[in-house]
Amino acid sequence: MTDISVEALSPNREQPVPGEPENWRRFFSFSTDHKVIGIQYIVTAFVFFLIGGFLAMVMRGELITPEADLVDRTVYNALFTMHGTIMLFMWTFPVLNGLSNYLVPLQIGARDMAFPRLNAVAFWMVPVFGIILMASFLVPGGPASSGWWSYPPVSLQNPVGNLVNGQFLWLLAVALSGVSSILGAVNIVTTIIRMRAPGMTFFKMPAFCWTVMAAQMIQLFGLPALTAGAVMLLFDLSVGTSFFDPATGGDPVLYQHFFWFYSHPAVYVIILPVFGVFSELFPVYARKPLFGYKFVAVSSFVITALSAVVWVHHMFASGTPGWMRMLFMATSMTISVPTGVKIFAWVATIWGGKIRLTTPMLFALGGLVNFLFAGITGIMLAAVPFDIHVNNTYFVVGHFHYVIYGAAVMGIYAAIYHWFPKMTGRMYYEGLGKLHFVLTFIGVNLNFLPMHFAGLMGMPRRVASYDPEFAYWNVLASLGGFLLGVSTLPFLLNMISSWIQGEKAPANPWRAIGLEWLVASPPPHENFAEIPIVVSEPYGYGKNEPLIAQQMVSMESANELN
Amino acid sequence: MSSIDLDQTLNTAATVPAAEHHEEGEHRMFGFIIFLISESVIFLSFFVGYIVYKTSATDWLPAGVEGLEVREPFINTIVLVSSSFVIYFAERYLHKENLWGFRAFWLLTMAMGSFFLYGQAVEWQGLEFGFTDGLFGGTFYLLTGFHGLHVLTGVLMQGVMLGRSFIPGNYDDGEVGVAATSLFWHFVDVIWIILFILIYVWQ
Repeated sequence: MTDISVEALSPNREQPVPGEPENWRRFFSFSTDHKVIGIQYIVTAFVFFLIGGFLAMVMRGELITPEADLVDRTVYNALFTMHGTIMLFMWTFPVLNGLSNYLVPLQIGARDMAFPRLNAVAFWMVPVFGIILMASFLVPGGPASSGWWSYPPVSLQNPVGNLVNGQFLWLLAVALSGVSSILGAVNIVTTIIRMRAPGMTFFKMPAFCWTVMAAQMIQLFGLPALTAGAVMLLFDLSVGTSFFDPATGGDPVLYQHFFWFYSHPAVYVIILPVFGVFSELFPVYARKPLFGYKFVAVSSFVITALSAVVWVHHMFASGTPGWMRMLFMATSMTISVPTGVKIFAWVATIWGGKIRLTTPMLFALGGLVNFLFAGITGIMLAAVPFDIHVNNTYFVVGHFHYVIYGAAVMGIYAAIYHWFPKMTGRMYYEGLGKLHFVLTFIGVNLNFLPMHFAGLMGMPRRVASYDPEFAYWNVLASLGGFLLGVSTLPFLLNMISSWIQGEKAPANPWRAIGLEWLVASPPPHENFAEIPIVVSEPYGYGKNEPLIAQQMVSMESANELN
Repeated sequence: MSSIDLDQTLNTAATVPAAEHHEEGEHRMFGFIIFLISESVIFLSFFVGYIVYKTSATDWLPAGVEGLEVREPFINTIVLVSSSFVIYFAERYLHKENLWGFRAFWLLTMAMGSFFLYGQAVEWQGLEFGFTDGLFGGTFYLLTGFHGLHVLTGVLMQGVMLGRSFIPGNYDDGEVGVAATSLFWHFVDVIWIILFILIYVWQ
């Protein structure tokens, strides 16, 4: 009933704009439309998510028994290396770039990104370096097997002696991924700073755009450090320089500094946009304005700033001097303040709201719970005495999987469900979505919670076999891992069948407030027939004030329905 | 159905002017500055690495190497730093719409950049240590080589911009490419000054 009136006010927007063929071929072309590129990113990344997940399940299959029986130890090394690399560089970064690409121009009222062609180039590098990395399974000696951080001297071994070895291809892929991410970051930051619709001041900008900008700024200052380290490692590996090889006077710890100076902030590159998704979703499904919007917005940049001064907490056991340990313990714990601000704001937003437990809301709530848990173990790990105790154990593995899967992947799922009607013009099936949520939430906790106990008992990470006393927790974790594998099936079924034959989606199925919900689903080419003029803050739920000046009236009607 | 389509066609034709695509040009300089800031972090990382190695290494200089000759690199430095002023005058001429003045000074900048690269190559030729000779050799060739790559990129960019100045009317409203190339040249220059102090002055 209510949705029909929204549609009736803007009947034109239901029709696809001429020159925008509703065919699937554009997703395989060098399109410069940010919406096509966004979906290209998301789908490509999901393919790699499935590959990385398959590798994880082989590992869990190996670990279900204490002996190394399913795969060889060297194969196991390659498995965890490739799993980590794929999941970070080919799943989380690209999928979040996809969401940012799709949503940022729509949310700030722009027709496209600042540099559409650069955008397409940055995307098409993803399949290129993906294939390079996958090709390392075929070279003699197999893929890189020194962990996703590739610490020297382990990463410099090159037992086969070929110039083109797994580690070489790994470095090449990571370097290309870095170039692609830098191009993407330049594009997104320029877009957000320069292309906001008239009237959209920074404090009228949706929280998602705030977090995306904060995350992309980390890419800009952090990635070059990793690139520098990777270039030097590449020369050590292939030319024989002595930057990081202790045998020839090099300094392996310097590589760790280069690596973690980027790769710890990289975690915030992943989690910040997910924070943005939470900040977008809770107001919609609780029908309340985002609590403390300005604090939530600014706290993202506090995280960006702090992220530059915490990296040494990955190196508490790397011969780091005492004063440095104390310093970085303090800075690392400080991160919990801006994240605490956010969690408080989200809980306060939900509190007393008119909550609708749709699939995106369930995923967002599940992600919030998991993130809180991950945050607590994170503070434990930031404490030097505790960290030294559990260093290199499964406690660490459990902690960061709660962040990456429990919070980030669940947040990404929430975002995909929430904006699926906008992206495809079709509704997904709620029942399958809820099944997906239940399987994922149980799977995450069954998989990653036991890792904490195994870690506290002293089980080291990166091993194919272990003492039988850890078997109980590993069997549980493996069952959880397989459950997570199964959980992607209802998701895939839902996405594919809904896109083909789902119910047609109206422009604003969630009665949400935001510029992206003012245009048709899917949005026409160039998004806005007329660039909107923004007159109020986002998240005006229950405030009965228009979001934009006159020209479009659908938002006021959305408010009336509140 | 067909009437709606027609209506749509008229609508889009009226509301999506092609002129809006030119906005992209205005953002280019901004994006380029962001890119340069990011790029400078690579150099910063190499500099930090150099300082860490130099202050902590036990065998800094390879056996038989006394240090670096400063005279030729210093001449090179003067040429490169001066070229930053020359390119500034080239830009001034472009603003005054004096294309030949622009081309003359632009070409002079290219010549000075090429001289720098030539001088660098001659210096590399005469050195008795290589890329793989310890941390000193590694960092020396890494820093000068990575910087040299940027100088080469700058000269190539200048060549493209010079060529484009011969397209009639191309630079009438100024040119983002020229401004960006010039900025890049100043950037390369500043990096060299830091590099020169770190490698040649601080021995």
